[in-house]
Amino acid sequence: MPVQFTVNGKAVAVAVEARMTLADCLRQHLQLTGTHLGCEHGVCGACTVIVDGDAVRSCLMLAVQAEGASVVTVEGLSNDAGLTPLQTAFRKHHALQCGFCTPGFITTAHALLSEEPYCDADRIREVLSGNLCRCTGYISIIDAVLEAREAYQKAAAE
Amino acid sequence: MRNTFIGSPVERREDLRFLRGRGTYVDDLAPDHLLHAVILRSAVAHGLLLSVDATGALQVPGVHAVITGKDMPDGPPIIPMRLQPLPEFRPFEQPVIAHEKVRYVGEPIAVVLASSIAVGEDALERIVLDIEAQPAVTSSDAAARGGSLLFDQAGTNRSLVFEARKGDADAAFRDAPYVRRERLRVGRHYGLTMEPRGVMAEWDAASGRLIVSGAAKVPFFNRRILAKQIGLPEHTIDMVENDVGGGYGARGEFYPEDFLIPFAARLTGRPVKWIEDRRENLMAMNHARECEADIEIACTPDGTILALRGEVHTDMGAYMRTNGAVGARNVCQFMAGPYRIAHIKLDSSLWMTNKTPVGTYRGPGRFESNFFIERMIDIAAADLGIDRIAFRRRNLITQAEQPYPVATVQPTDARDEYDSGDYRTTLERCLGEFGWDEKAKVAGKLIDGRYHGIAVGCFIEGGAAGPKESARLEIDADGTISVHMGTSSVGQGVETVFAQIAADALELPIERIRHVHHGSTNTVSDGYGAYHSRSTVMGGSALLDAAGKFQHAIREASAKRLECDASAIRIEEDKVHGPGGASFPLAELAGLSAEGAFLNKRHTYSYGTHAAHITVDAKLGHVQIVDYVVVQDVGRAVNPLTLRGQVIGSLVQGLGGALLEQLQYDEQGQFLTGTLADYLLPTASDFPNLRCIVTEDYPSPINPLGVKGAGEGGIIAPGGVMANAVANALQSFGAQPRQLPLTPGYIWQLVQDAEARRQAAAE
Repeated sequence: MPVQFTVNGKAVAVAVEARMTLADCLRQHLQLTGTHLGCEHGVCGACTVIVDGDAVRSCLMLAVQAEGASVVTVEGLSNDAGLTPLQTAFRKHHALQCGFCTPGFITTAHALLSEEPYCDADRIREVLSGNLCRCTGYISIIDAVLEAREAYQKAAAE
Repeated sequence: MRNTFIGSPVERREDLRFLRGRGTYVDDLAPDHLLHAVILRSAVAHGLLLSVDATGALQVPGVHAVITGKDMPDGPPIIPMRLQPLPEFRPFEQPVIAHEKVRYVGEPIAVVLASSIAVGEDALERIVLDIEAQPAVTSSDAAARGGSLLFDQAGTNRSLVFEARKGDADAAFRDAPYVRRERLRVGRHYGLTMEPRGVMAEWDAASGRLIVSGAAKVPFFNRRILAKQIGLPEHTIDMVENDVGGGYGARGEFYPEDFLIPFAARLTGRPVKWIEDRRENLMAMNHARECEADIEIACTPDGTILALRGEVHTDMGAYMRTNGAVGARNVCQFMAGPYRIAHIKLDSSLWMTNKTPVGTYRGPGRFESNFFIERMIDIAAADLGIDRIAFRRRNLITQAEQPYPVATVQPTDARDEYDSGDYRTTLERCLGEFGWDEKAKVAGKLIDGRYHGIAVGCFIEGGAAGPKESARLEIDADGTISVHMGTSSVGQGVETVFAQIAADALELPIERIRHVHHGSTNTVSDGYGAYHSRSTVMGGSALLDAAGKFQHAIREASAKRLECDASAIRIEEDKVHGPGGASFPLAELAGLSAEGAFLNKRHTYSYGTHAAHITVDAKLGHVQIVDYVVVQDVGRAVNPLTLRGQVIGSLVQGLGGALLEQLQYDEQGQFLTGTLADYLLPTASDFPNLRCIVTEDYPSPINPLGVKGAGEGGIIAPGGVMANAVANALQSFGAQPRQLPLTPGYIWQLVQDAEARRQAAAE
């Protein structure tokens, strides 16, 4: 089936099987391998992407459901020049080790901070509790997201 | 230039790719003409495999081939053990694919090669199996009864008994004024990695080369196994380590798929990739931990531990896998932990059952044995009316007693001794940081509907497995330095740590250390990998040796060129300087390389203390952590930032094992926990109040860096600490936790049982 949507600001048109997930479509057809598959049943959150502003598990969404949508992946939240404030905070606080769950945390945290730049630690823990990390023990991830709030607050004020 | 990168919280170089989605994990590889492998796994726990009919599967469009044991002319190869490869274990080793018999739910029976995973999975359903079911053995007790044998020819379900001995425990018990006996159990956990396993193999028939991507942990050893199994010389196989999404002991051991996928690539001449899905991962990657201890402790009335005696029974699952014996060995070798116990007699039996086979999981045998000894200590202290802290202080090993010998284990004649440290120092520091005396005031009290409890536990962590590690330094074309390591990355940050060590040793800016290669078999002549908290100790020490040789080689080559004495050569930034202002760019020596090694058969022992303050809802069985403090002495911390990550990360894994994680089977050996909704992992909201303090009081005397392996300490103590904290909180009920995990249901049952006892006593 043909499907058209935008990924990281770029219009794409692909032909997919009806049963193909958005995650597989991003990884296999669009070579956006930053989106990772950790469980394929919607628990671990590693595959989280942003669809029309909302954090969405791309393993639970079919590619054809993305018709007309705007999809942002971890690649779209990154640039060649360096790290964004959110990524910088993750690095500073050692909020990642093996890096496999990291794209899902970046996309989820970005969606949260874009919506709620003044959220507190409990709210961050609540939202990120839908993403599993096996390396860090989460403390450093929460610290990193707390620190990154300032950049989103500034952006919201502008 | 004198550097101090060692000891500094250098931000990780790996992060620049991981944070931007630019890592390359094995599933990110997609060469042309790729075939996808999917694996048919047994749905029967125990049975005779009478026939496999793949005719229907082969008719599915897009299916290229189906591989079964019949495709292997000499029968499926057997996977040998990597650690403790005793002849006793040979009858219990695993074939790469089931033939004649299936022994656990999840055992590979057939491999479908197809144009996509989806097509392959469609075809799986069309393979017809004839399995004659046999009674499933689903516990150590059932295995011991022997009504059903997994391996008829072995004549028993017990593959071995490890015997740990020290002093004369029987004599000590005969004369002991106080003895307490308990049965304690640890559930089945596993080292779940966020990235499931994966293998991609490419066979180039023209050159006779086999390239295997997705290697991890011990690529050199696995290459030796594969070369033998597949009939190729070792040097024609490259094991390539990509980014690895977590290891924890489980990933990177040689599994059936590590043969099946290269075999498929060679058979078809096409690249073949297999990526495990989560359900497979839960039932195919090594399980760990499940064991039961029936142990006795003997003490004097003042709380001096005299002796430890008893039996441990480990549920090994269906086969002896590569490192499967380590946990059962460690559980008896190290049960005394940081405590001075002169007389030990522990037998550890390894029972084969119809479950997923067992391997190591971070802190193998140590998590379990720490729970056992710490529970025994709190129970004994309460019996004797001695303060728990005073009891521990009395028995902790001091620096004056180092090196302190542990029990000897037969039949492997395993002897070991701790290297350095005063184990009371971390106890005192932890109590101070935790505020023990203040928190003790609420212990056992019911406040706002929850009972408060506190507990403390001490541990030792072994590291630095030998016998050897290799490192190589090379000047690249642009004049920067590349580091090539025989150790592997499982995501712990070794690229940064090795860059720090290299920069300090070479006295160069860390930016000059451009690339740190690791894990792949084509990078150094020999390598031993990442396990037993060995990478920094063994790899780092090898790197120091390589750096000395590398500097020497540069000086010699430069002296020849500048026609001066080698001692007059200085290496600065990107240039080599000689006398009288002569200099040339380092890039002109591109290709110059030196390899170093570190040989060592002794182990490092970091150590520490955990303390927890929890509350328990007696009606719901829910445990909440109010405060948790870890103090761990690591000898020397190369990178405090990543070290803290190891401690907190492993701590939360340990809390998962203490409170949440449990792989379960029913009586037929059906696997009941096949999703992440069934196997519960800690989440970001579960344990927000954790603190860790790293000390460097006692550097290791057995390596030039003074470092101790410290990747596992956090996971070792939480089981004992949480169980003792629950006992402390529920002391008014007289509740005594005797098993892990401390699920809400189990705690609720403890309270119900206590209430029933109270009522019975009142009547």
